[in-house]
Formats: sequence, C-alpha cells, structure tokens
Amino acid sequence: MNRTTIDLWVGVFVVLGVLALVFLALKVGNLNGAQLEQPYALTAKFDNIGGLKARAPIKSAGVVVGRIESIKLDPDNFQAVVAMRIDSRYSFPRDTYATINTSGLLGEQYIGLDPGGDTDVFKDGDVIKKTQSAVVLEKLISQFMFSKAAELPEANPAK
Amino acid sequence: MLEGTAGVFRGVGARVINAVWRLGYAARFLVRILLASGTSFRRFQLTLREIYFSGVLSLIIILVSGLFVGMVLGLQGYDTLQRYGSEEALGVLVALSLVRELGPVVAGLLFASRAGSAITAEIGLMKATEQLDAMDMMAVDPIARVVAPRFWGAAISLPLLVAMFSTMGVYGGFLIGAVHIGVDAGSFWGQMQTAIDFQRDILNGVTKSVVFGFAIALISVFEGYDSDATAEGVSRATTRTVVTSSLAILGLDFILTSFMFRG
Repeated sequence: MNRTTIDLWVGVFVVLGVLALVFLALKVGNLNGAQLEQPYALTAKFDNIGGLKARAPIKSAGVVVGRIESIKLDPDNFQAVVAMRIDSRYSFPRDTYATINTSGLLGEQYIGLDPGGDTDVFKDGDVIKKTQSAVVLEKLISQFMFSKAAELPEANPAK
Repeated sequence: MLEGTAGVFRGVGARVINAVWRLGYAARFLVRILLASGTSFRRFQLTLREIYFSGVLSLIIILVSGLFVGMVLGLQGYDTLQRYGSEEALGVLVALSLVRELGPVVAGLLFASRAGSAITAEIGLMKATEQLDAMDMMAVDPIARVVAPRFWGAAISLPLLVAMFSTMGVYGGFLIGAVHIGVDAGSFWGQMQTAIDFQRDILNGVTKSVVFGFAIALISVFEGYDSDATAEGVSRATTRTVVTSSLAILGLDFILTSFMFRG
C-alpha cells in the first residue's frame, strides 16, 4: 500500500476539522471554565425566585463559584428549593446571605453569595438559612404607585 | 367525469404506496450497508478516497460560505443589538445561531447539493453503464465495494465540515463586529464564553451534524442505487437527492431542536 496525495489531503481535512471542534469547545464554549472541581451541594429556600433557571451561575463578589443544579417547589410551605453545587475550592461562612440578583437591566438572573463573619463554614448538604428573594419589577412598580397615590391630596381628605 | 376523479385518486394512491415502498426498501438498504461496512474499514483506503471527494473537495464552498454567513450575522446582529445598547452581546448572538442552527443546517444543505448529488450521479451512472452488475458477476459485492465507502465517507465528512463552518462563521462575525465596526473584542469573546454551554450548545450542534451526515449519506447512496438505469433516470435521481436531503435536514432539525431545547 502506497501513500498517496489523497491521504495527505484527508489528513489535512481531519486535522482542520478537529482543530475547529477544539476551537468551538475552548474559545467559543469555554469548556474548561464550565467544570467545577469536586463540587459540594448546598440548598437554599426562597419565597420567590423570579426568573431564576437551573444551570444559572452562583457568584460571590462577581466570580462564578458554582451552578444551580435544580429548582423545586417545597409542597409543605410553598417555598422554592434551589439545589446548588459549589466549587470545593471555596467555602463560605455559615451566616452567608444568598440573594437573587440580575446581571444588567435585562440580563440573566443568578444567585449572589455575600459571606458573613462566622468562623464555621458550610459543609456538603447544608442549607443556607439567610436568603433574599428576587426583586419582582411589577411589585416594585405597584408599591411605588400606591405610595405616590397615597401622597395625593384627594386621597386623604382628612388633612 | 367519474372516471377522471377515480383516476386522480388512483394516481395519489399509487404515489403514496410507492413512497412507502421506497421507504421500506431504503431501510433494508441501510441495514445491508451497515452489514457490508466491514470492507470500508478493513480497506480504509476506499473510505479515505471518498472522504477526499466529498469532504476535502467541499472545503472551499463550506469555508467561504461560513465566513460570509458569519459576517452577515455580524452586520445584521449589530444593527439590531445597538438599538438596545447591548452590542457587546454580538458574540453571543453570532456564536449561538451558528453553533446551534445555522452551522449544521446550512453546511448540511450545501453538502447535500455539493457532495450528495455527486455521489448519486456517480452510483447512478455506474448502474446505468452496468458496472454494478459486472461487479456482481465477478462476485464482488457492489454494496461493500462501492456503496458503503461512499456512505461512510459522507457521514464522516459532514460533522468535520460543520465544525469548520461554525468556526469560520464565528471568525467572520468577529472580523465584522470587533475589527470593522469596533465592538470591544474582549467582551465579544467574554460574553460568548459565559453564554455558550459546552454540552447544551456545542455538543447538541455536533449531534445534529452527525445525524444530518448519516441522513444525507443514506439518501445519496440510496437514490443512486435505486435510480432508473437511464440518463434521464440518473438526472432525476440527482434532483431527488438534493430535494429529499434538504427536506430531511430541515425536518430532522425541527425534531432534534424540539428534543434538545424544549425547556
């Protein structure tokens, strides 16, 4: 069996194809950044999660430290139970606040962790007690409108 | 009058029965190809030759159209995104549309017309000139020797071509968006990397391209093998390959997308 020019071209073709796949995986898809090192599980309960979705990032000081695994509704007290996986390189004090934030005005929602000063840290399977729900824009607007309406002179004629 | 109406129904019925018949024949043909595939891998030279003809020779059209599709996406995307002041999301838009949809579909359509039609014409002509029958006479299985290598050549080539198409497209979007218009290159790549998920976006795109590759490969070799052994028959088979492949790509794309991105 002799080597032919066709072999060379097919070789070039396959190398180009594999390079393109590697480019897509690393440069476009950021494969290495997506993996967490031996993540541990934490859960948090929220009254309202707004538009939070599974696989959304968990950030502390703006750095992605984990991802949301799943979101369920607790049938007993009707709270949203968010299961998270956190990179084991980071451990958070037990009085850490979990808040639901939005990146930008219309951006995706994520969970922000604000660490407190406790010396104990969360371990695998712990529940974050201190949570703050998502800000729902409609509630905010209606609150603002009702408080404005209450200030109008015809709304409280007693004065 | 009644005769005429009955004739119409009879015609429709015959077409439907014929289509179902051909579908079953194609399924049996696929099984035969898979059973006869040993030769294509034992004598890999045969498959290599077909990768050269369908893959390497399609490189130019795939790379150039990928680049231009990406550049158009860059221009159109910028025009729309800058109205909302979020032109940094251009990278996300270009990469998402290419990796998820445009890459597999457009490259698949181009591949069907460039390589699929050539495979059909070649096999059809071999049949018309009785080369396949001659092989059979010499106890050489034409499916193992002619059909299976072409099938595998096309099925292997398309996923690689799609990856190159998407890469060229992202690069074209980068050229227009970041180099020509002046969107910040850092946020172009950065936002793209945060928004694009390896499993959800890239692996799903690759899955699509693999499925399309097998569909085009099967349709091309089947139409060629099943063509009428005349010049006219070969030309009709070639046309049918392009039409059926294009419809199959678009239909399969919808089915796959509804499975992959349901919620």
